Amino acid sequence: MNFQLTEERQMLQDGLRRYLSDTVTPEAIAAATDGATGLDAELWAGLTEMGVPGAMFTEEQGGFGGAGFDLMVVFEELGRAGAPVPLIESAVLAGGILAEVGHMDLVEEIIGGRIIGFAHGEPASRYDLAHVQTRAEKTDAGWHLTGAKAVVQHAPATDTVIVSARTGGDVTDQDGISLFLVPTAELHMRDYPLNGGGRAAEITLDTVVPDSAVLGETGAAYPLIAAANARATAAQCAEALGLMETIKHLTVDYLRQRKQFGQPIGKFQALQHRMADVLIEIEQARSAVINLCGHLDTDDCDMHVSATKNLIGRAARLVVEESIQMHGGIGMTQEYALGHFAKRLTMVDHRFGDADYHLERFIRLAAA
Amino acid sequence: MDLNYTDDQKAFRDEVRAFLADHLPQRLSDKVKGGKRLTKADYEEWHAILNAKGWLGVTWPKEHDGTGWDAVERHIFEEETTAAGAPRIVPFGLNMLGPVLMKFGSDAQKDHYLPRILNGDDWWCQGYSEPGAGSDLASLRCEAVRDGEHYIVNGQKTWTTLGQYANKIFCLVRTSKEGKPQQGISFLLIDMDSPGIEVRPIVLIDGEAEVNEVWFKDVRVPVENLVGEENAGWTYAKYLLTHERTNIAGVGFARAGLSALKRIAGEQMQGGQPLIANPFFAAKVAQVEIDLMAMATTNLRTIAAAAAGQAPGAESSMLKIKGTVIRQEINALTRQAVGPYAAPFVSEILDEGSNAEPVGPEAAMPATQAYFNNRKLSIYGGSNEVQRQIISKAILEL
Repeated sequence: MNFQLTEERQMLQDGLRRYLSDTVTPEAIAAATDGATGLDAELWAGLTEMGVPGAMFTEEQGGFGGAGFDLMVVFEELGRAGAPVPLIESAVLAGGILAEVGHMDLVEEIIGGRIIGFAHGEPASRYDLAHVQTRAEKTDAGWHLTGAKAVVQHAPATDTVIVSARTGGDVTDQDGISLFLVPTAELHMRDYPLNGGGRAAEITLDTVVPDSAVLGETGAAYPLIAAANARATAAQCAEALGLMETIKHLTVDYLRQRKQFGQPIGKFQALQHRMADVLIEIEQARSAVINLCGHLDTDDCDMHVSATKNLIGRAARLVVEESIQMHGGIGMTQEYALGHFAKRLTMVDHRFGDADYHLERFIRLAAA
Repeated sequence: MDLNYTDDQKAFRDEVRAFLADHLPQRLSDKVKGGKRLTKADYEEWHAILNAKGWLGVTWPKEHDGTGWDAVERHIFEEETTAAGAPRIVPFGLNMLGPVLMKFGSDAQKDHYLPRILNGDDWWCQGYSEPGAGSDLASLRCEAVRDGEHYIVNGQKTWTTLGQYANKIFCLVRTSKEGKPQQGISFLLIDMDSPGIEVRPIVLIDGEAEVNEVWFKDVRVPVENLVGEENAGWTYAKYLLTHERTNIAGVGFARAGLSALKRIAGEQMQGGQPLIANPFFAAKVAQVEIDLMAMATTNLRTIAAAAAGQAPGAESSMLKIKGTVIRQEINALTRQAVGPYAAPFVSEILDEGSNAEPVGPEAAMPATQAYFNNRKLSIYGGSNEVQRQIISKAILEL
C-alpha cells in the first residue's frame, strides 16, 4: 500500500500548480468565456507545451501516462485553478475513442494541442448514454447525419467533432450507435457561455460525410462511448476535488480574517464545527477519487464511477453552500474569487450524471 | 383549535382573488413566473395598481391610508398575490421606513414622506450594512457629524438592494463613539442626489446587479432629516427589523416554487419516465413538501398570535431559518431537475422582449440563477447563524 505519487507525477503536479497559479486569472477566464471560441489560447498552448494532453495517453499510444492517477493529478490541478480548458473533451473523450479505434495520427495531433470535440448528449438524453436520436442514413456519397446535440462543451474551439448517430436500433438501444468524424464547419452551431466558465454549443446536423468518417465498426460504438465516459467522469471528479480544495483555502482564510463581534469569525464554535465537517467531506471526496482512479482499468470500474460521482455530487453541494454561507454577502459577489469556483463546482453535478442518477446506478450494479 | 379561515376571511380571500384576476397585468405575472428581469417601471406599475385600490400600504393602519388589515388578512393577501405571480411589493419604503416614521417620526416627516411612499414619488433604499458591519450591525462606522443645521456624512454602506433605482436612502449612522456601540447610532433620511454620494453596482453570482455600494463623501444632510432622537437610532433599527421580518417565512414563495418544481420535473424525462415519477427524486420533493406543510402551520400559529395582539418575538427567527432552508431546497431540486441544461448562461434571455431563444427548456436558466441568487436568503436580514443565536438566547435562555 502506498498513497504517494510517483516522482514523475509529483513533478507534473508541482510544475502544473506553479504554471497555473501564474497563468490563470479571473480576468483571463472571463475573457475566454466571453470570447468567440471560449478558449484561452495562450493557456492551452502552455499546457500543451508542458505535455498535459500527452499525460492522458499511454506510452503505447504516444503519450507518457494514461493511467487513472495521471488523470487525477492533472485534473485536480486544473480544478484548483478553476481553468476551463477542453482537455476532457479533446484528450479524454475524443482522444480516448480515437486511440481505441487506432486513429493514431489524430491522437498524435491531439497530444500536440489540436482540439477535437465530442458531441454525444442530446436535448432529450439527459444522462442516458444510450439515448441517441441523431440518425445516420447510408447514401451513395457516404452517410447523411441528421439530428441535434446538446451542451457540447468547447465545441466553438474545435475544428473537428466526433458525433454519435444511430445507424440501427431504437432510440435507447445500446446497439446501433455509430461514431463519425465531422468537420466543425459542417455543423450548425449555436454557442453560448456556461455557468462556471467556458463555452458550449447546441449543434444541429444535416450533413453528408464520407465512409472514411466512420470510427470503428458501425453500430458498435456504445462500449467505446461508455469507456471514454467513465474516464471523463474520473477526470471531472478529480477536477471537482481541486475546486473544493481552493474553496476550502478561501473559506478558511476568510474565517481567520473576517472580524465581527470583536473577533475573527473563525473563533465561533458554530462555524468551526461546520468547517470541520466541510474538511471531512473533502477528504471523503479525495478518497473517492483515489478509489475511482485506482480502479479505472478494472472490472469494478462502473461501480466506482457511480460511487465516486454520487459522493462528489453530495460533497460539492455541501462545500458550495457552506462556503458561500460562511463568507456571507461577499461570497455572493461575482467579483470575489469564490463565486467562480462555487459555480464551476455546482455544475459538476449537471454532467455525466448527477448524484441521484449514480445512486440508482450504484444500487443496480451492486445488486448484479 | 380550528385550522380553517372564518367566513369573513374566506370572503376576503375571494375578494383578493377577484381583484388579481381583473387587475394583475398578465405581462407582469408572465415575467415573474418565467423568472425574467423586472424593471423599475414594472414595480412602479404594480405599486400604482395596488395604490389605486388602497391596497399598497399592506402593513399600514387606516389613518395613514393603509389597509388596516390584521395579520391573517395580510397573510391571505401575501399568499394570493404570490400564487398569482404578482411582483413583490418593494419593501424598503412600505414595510421598513413607513412603520418607523409612523412610530418615531415627527408629524412633518409623516405628512411629507408617507403619502410620497404610497404615490411612488420616492423610491427608498436601505443604508444599514457596511463592509465591516454585517451580522455585527452595531459596529457600523459611517459617520454623521453635526455642523450647524446639517450633518456631514462620511462612510460607506453596502448590499443596498435596488439602490440604483432609489432617490432616497434611510441610513444608520454613527453620531457618537461614547458608550456601547449601540448607543451612538442615529437614523437619517438622505437624498440620493446629494453631492458626495456615489452608487456602485455589485454584480452577484447569478450575474445580476441587484445590490450596490453607496459611498458618502462630505454629504450634507439637513438636521430635520433626523428621525427621532440623536443616538437613539438602534431602537428604531430594531423596530424596523421586526417589520422586515413579517412574511419572513416566505410560505407563498415556497408554494409557488414547489408547484413550479413539480411542473418542471413532470416535463423532464429520465430513463423513459418523467423525473417526478422517479422514486429518488419524488422522495426529495415529498420531503420538502412535508416540511413546508408543517412550516406553513408554524407560520399561521405566529400570525394568529400576532392577530391576537402578541408582539412577534424570537418565533420570527425560527420562521426565517426554516422558511429559507425550505426555499433553498426547492431551488436546489429545481436546478437538479433541469439536468445538463442548468449550465448554459445567456443573460439577455431574462430581458423582456429579448429575441434570444432559450437554450433547452425555458425553465432551465432561471432555475440555475434562482438557486445561486437565493443563497442570499440565509445570509440577509440577519443571517441564519444570527437567528440561531437569537433563538438560543431568547427562547432557550442559554
